[in-house]
Amino acid sequence: MNPLEIFRVSWEAIIRNKVRSILTMLGIIIGVAAVIMVVAFSAGTEATIKENITGLGSNLIFVTANFNRIGPGGFTAGAAAASSGLVFDDATAIADSVTGVDAVVVEQGATETVKAGETALDSISILGTTPGFPTVRDMKISRGRYLNQSDVDRKLKVAVLGYTLAEQLFPDADPIGQVISVGSVKMTVVGVLARKGTVGEVDYDSRLYTPITVIFTHFTDSRFARIAGDRVRLVYVKVNDTKNMDSIILQIKLLLAKRHKTTLENLDVTITTQQDVISAQESTTAAFRSLLAWVAAVSLLVGGIGIMNIMLVSVTERTREIGIRQAVGATPADILLQFLTEALLLSVSGGILGMASGFIGAWLFSAFSSTRTVVLPSSILLAVGSAALVGVFFGFYPASKASQLDPIEALRYE
Amino acid sequence: MSARAIVETSEISKIYGVGDIRVAALEGVTLRIHAGEFIAIMGPSGSGKSTLMYILGCLATPSAGTYVLDGEDVSHLSRQELAFIRSRKIGFVFQSYNLLARTTALRNVTLPLLYNRSLEWNAQARDEKARALLELVGLGDRLNHQPHELSGGQQQRVAIARALINDPVMVIADEPTGNLDSHSGDEIMHILQDLHHRGTTVVMVTHNPRVAREATREIHLEDGHVANVVRNGIHEEHEGSSEARQE
Repeated sequence: MNPLEIFRVSWEAIIRNKVRSILTMLGIIIGVAAVIMVVAFSAGTEATIKENITGLGSNLIFVTANFNRIGPGGFTAGAAAASSGLVFDDATAIADSVTGVDAVVVEQGATETVKAGETALDSISILGTTPGFPTVRDMKISRGRYLNQSDVDRKLKVAVLGYTLAEQLFPDADPIGQVISVGSVKMTVVGVLARKGTVGEVDYDSRLYTPITVIFTHFTDSRFARIAGDRVRLVYVKVNDTKNMDSIILQIKLLLAKRHKTTLENLDVTITTQQDVISAQESTTAAFRSLLAWVAAVSLLVGGIGIMNIMLVSVTERTREIGIRQAVGATPADILLQFLTEALLLSVSGGILGMASGFIGAWLFSAFSSTRTVVLPSSILLAVGSAALVGVFFGFYPASKASQLDPIEALRYE
Repeated sequence: MSARAIVETSEISKIYGVGDIRVAALEGVTLRIHAGEFIAIMGPSGSGKSTLMYILGCLATPSAGTYVLDGEDVSHLSRQELAFIRSRKIGFVFQSYNLLARTTALRNVTLPLLYNRSLEWNAQARDEKARALLELVGLGDRLNHQPHELSGGQQQRVAIARALINDPVMVIADEPTGNLDSHSGDEIMHILQDLHHRGTTVVMVTHNPRVAREATREIHLEDGHVANVVRNGIHEEHEGSSEARQE
């Protein structure tokens, strides 16, 4: 029997039992649609995350202290606590003595209640920074100006508001020049940042930015600082060329080891790069994806068992037909091929229908939510290919059962 | 007899089961059927006539003995080789027609050609030949009717057309009139007679003596043996049957 005839006969058998065929395909349809949608969803999310992270500014090195505050006033040291952790002077030293550095920015935070007239907002994150901050975090100013070096040097009590914070404090008025109270400190608003959104877990738009020196003076326990220096939680180092990344990291490590009077092994700071953050994020999405791949595999497996089940029923129902075909000259191989083709057609049709519903689903999902979906061509191949594989694998047993029927018994079958 | 031998069996037996439950459906049947003969195989149920028909039709192989069909020893062929033989040399007509449901008369008739490897048939040639055969059995106007739209007699005529499409060396008819009223049955017998007169070898299995009388030779089976042979209404001593009786 030529392939075209086998195809036609199998297709007619499927069409003959439309409802049953569709129901049989359902498992495959759901499985494939799930694969397409899930891959589209995770690819979309991944792309968004990547853009956001890159949006944090490129060529960045993050230097963080190994201290974790545990409970009120408690410290645990990640290294021998011979030194005091990361201080403001460390940042200055990096800027002065490490070559290939474009900008060094420090950050230290506090949480305070912010008041403007009658409006009071609790638990606002106050970030003490230096003028380079918008550069390293890739932020734009929308009104007024950002902090400048003279603000920092003169410890001026000025504030730059995040976009949403400005809207909340001054829904109607122009915030520039207004005086707000941050905790017990009065500050003058000099600028408002453009909308940035939430990156990682930090909402850049609801924060208040003030000179780092103001934080040191008014929002930290200064007794400690008098002995050891002003503690900062994070130092951003922007390098001029990513090629120099490794050598700059080494220079920073050596410098800080010397300053903190410790060895490289016992260094009490952690140095990460933008690439580390991206890699961490990628490994998270990869784990997520492999989990979903297992879910899809299980649903395809269930779909395959459904196909095997219905093909076994079909072989039994059509025993007489098999007998007739054998009597007029069909070989066992002819019968095997016919039923295998039928199983394959069922699963591939299911795969195609599932692909279509997956596309529609992914499209609807992105149309009615803010989540982006990206349909990858490879996922189409994967989904339909695995559907076909399932068809052949689970169709083989029923087909071989059909081909081994004895023609005489098959002809007598009622 | 100068005509070519289509069927030559020598002492064929068919044993079902093993050990204590062995049952011999056929025991030492020796037959010779010549081209152009119209044979009726007769016998009560359990006489082995169905088993003999399946072996002659290459749906089964004998447990012992040899069967030469059209000059080819088919006694020990594999299932696939038997299928090739059926496809080229045998046409079947069954008591219950055995047409494919929801398939037109034309498609039913062309079915054997789909499995025929000796000739590469294109769709048009297949349809033309099937049309000619359906016209021959008087169904030229029913080409696209499905079995459920046809009477029993018409369905059996479609089956006869299907049996003829691969130009078989022998048509095997199993109780071809068994499911039909006498009028339709007569029509079918008329067609078989017609085929016989055109030179087709026909082997018919029946238990109806009236139908069997249409044949040129009746082979009577009993308990797996050939009991006697009647040629053109005249009883004839059979080489195997006399021995069987002497035991």
